[in-house]
Amino acid sequence: MSWTLDQFIQALRLLGSLDADVFRAVAVSLGMASASTLLAAAAGLPLGLGLGLARFRGKRLLTTALHALMAVPTVLIGLVFYAVLSRQGLLGGWRLLYTRSAIVLGQCVLALPLVTALAHAATAGLDPRVRRTAQTLGAGRWRTARTLLSEGRRGYLAAVVAGFGRVFGEVGISMMLGGNIHAYTRTITTAIALETAKGEVALGIALGIVLMVVALGMNLVFLRLHGSGERT
Amino acid sequence: MKPVARVMLVVAGLWVACLAPSCEEAPRPEPPGLGTIRLATTTSTENSGLLARLLPPFERRFGAKVHVIAVGTGRALALGRNGDADVVLVHAPDAEKAFLDAGHGVNRRAVMVNDFVLLGPAADPARAAAAESAAKALAAVAGARATFASRGDDSGTHKKERALWAAAAVQPAGASYLEVGQGMGATLLLADEKRAYCLSDRGTYLAMRGKVDLTVLFEGDPILRNPYSIIAVNPARHPEVNYAGAMALVGWITSPQGQAIIGAFRAGGQVLFHPTAVPGAASDPLRPDPP
Repeated sequence: MSWTLDQFIQALRLLGSLDADVFRAVAVSLGMASASTLLAAAAGLPLGLGLGLARFRGKRLLTTALHALMAVPTVLIGLVFYAVLSRQGLLGGWRLLYTRSAIVLGQCVLALPLVTALAHAATAGLDPRVRRTAQTLGAGRWRTARTLLSEGRRGYLAAVVAGFGRVFGEVGISMMLGGNIHAYTRTITTAIALETAKGEVALGIALGIVLMVVALGMNLVFLRLHGSGERT
Repeated sequence: MKPVARVMLVVAGLWVACLAPSCEEAPRPEPPGLGTIRLATTTSTENSGLLARLLPPFERRFGAKVHVIAVGTGRALALGRNGDADVVLVHAPDAEKAFLDAGHGVNRRAVMVNDFVLLGPAADPARAAAAESAAKALAAVAGARATFASRGDDSGTHKKERALWAAAAVQPAGASYLEVGQGMGATLLLADEKRAYCLSDRGTYLAMRGKVDLTVLFEGDPILRNPYSIIAVNPARHPEVNYAGAMALVGWITSPQGQAIIGAFRAGGQVLFHPTAVPGAASDPLRPDPP
């Protein structure tokens, strides 16, 4: 008990003296997570919207498959991309293994089913009259899509926020595809894993606190945007 | 502006803001000089802090950036075999020989040596400390059905452990044999929690001594000698590897300056690695006496 308490107290003390390495890890974590969330949103929101509006055979099957994909563990994504990106692999010539791009790629694939499924749910929850009205008023396809995105902004925003949360806290993909390289692909989560393995529990806890604070801060930013979106 | 678009804009802004400064300090893909060198190595050299002392002078002097990928020796060699690393720093002589014989690596140089030690709870319920050899010490652990924590990750330490089991003619198995599948530091922590025996390189043990309550129970058998070598990945096999950078790193680590850094490196006041690359300057406590 006292040992655990000790580690927490030490962690709080360490928070006052965090060095450049920690800020670098925070920057890498934020950079990777935002890049992959951006890509996943760019693909996932239109996909979810289309899936919510379209009617076709096998739609239920596709939706079920999408929901199943949300459960794919990060290590599996890491493993598949490892096999593809290794120098001997299909895309080995791209020299991507153990780079930041590899992390973004893997995290994007991790977030995509989640963003798509939530965007689909948001679309399905819209009043069907919105679409009909827009079309009656002469809106083209793009205009209609924009109207729907605006009407369902709460849900779409939630989809993007959930995607960000998923990738920001993951460790498997960053570790396997990034290689935990100091000052390059070392994220907060892989740094926590490393420090814990080295027995530096207090430093690991301090990093965990940083992770939580940054995640909370990001969500507050999202919430603010959400609120200002409500008023317009 | 639509909220979703606004979120995207903020996220894009954050991305640029976060990556731009870190890109400046962190390596660009091909900095001037020797470029980026990917060094696949064992957890023992990284966790002990040796590389943090050894690499920065090299990077400054040669305008290079070394990306350290710290894994077990088995995986480090696999990375070299696949061309996913430019140079490997490992400790498993037999596996290294196979690596060279298969044409995956060139220019192997001895770098340094330390030794393996058998660790366990001070009470030593299996009485391993009284054994005549390392293999007999392990046999005593197995005979007493005492818990043993194995790296279980095909690392150099794991290879040595399996060689010792083979020498003891014991097939370790059962609930008291824990295959951890993690690095040396994590395995020591686990062994400490489980009051288990385990085989460790002395460097990691000394670096972790304050954090684990494990005692050296058996040491000094010549079979426990633990030599480290550095090997460049064969550029004929993988033309795109940074061979010039790899050879510069081999040259640096085996130079008198690099060797001096290794010899001067201490953790908790103790020498962790003894340099062996420069003949005559070596201080190898476990080297068998010349006949």
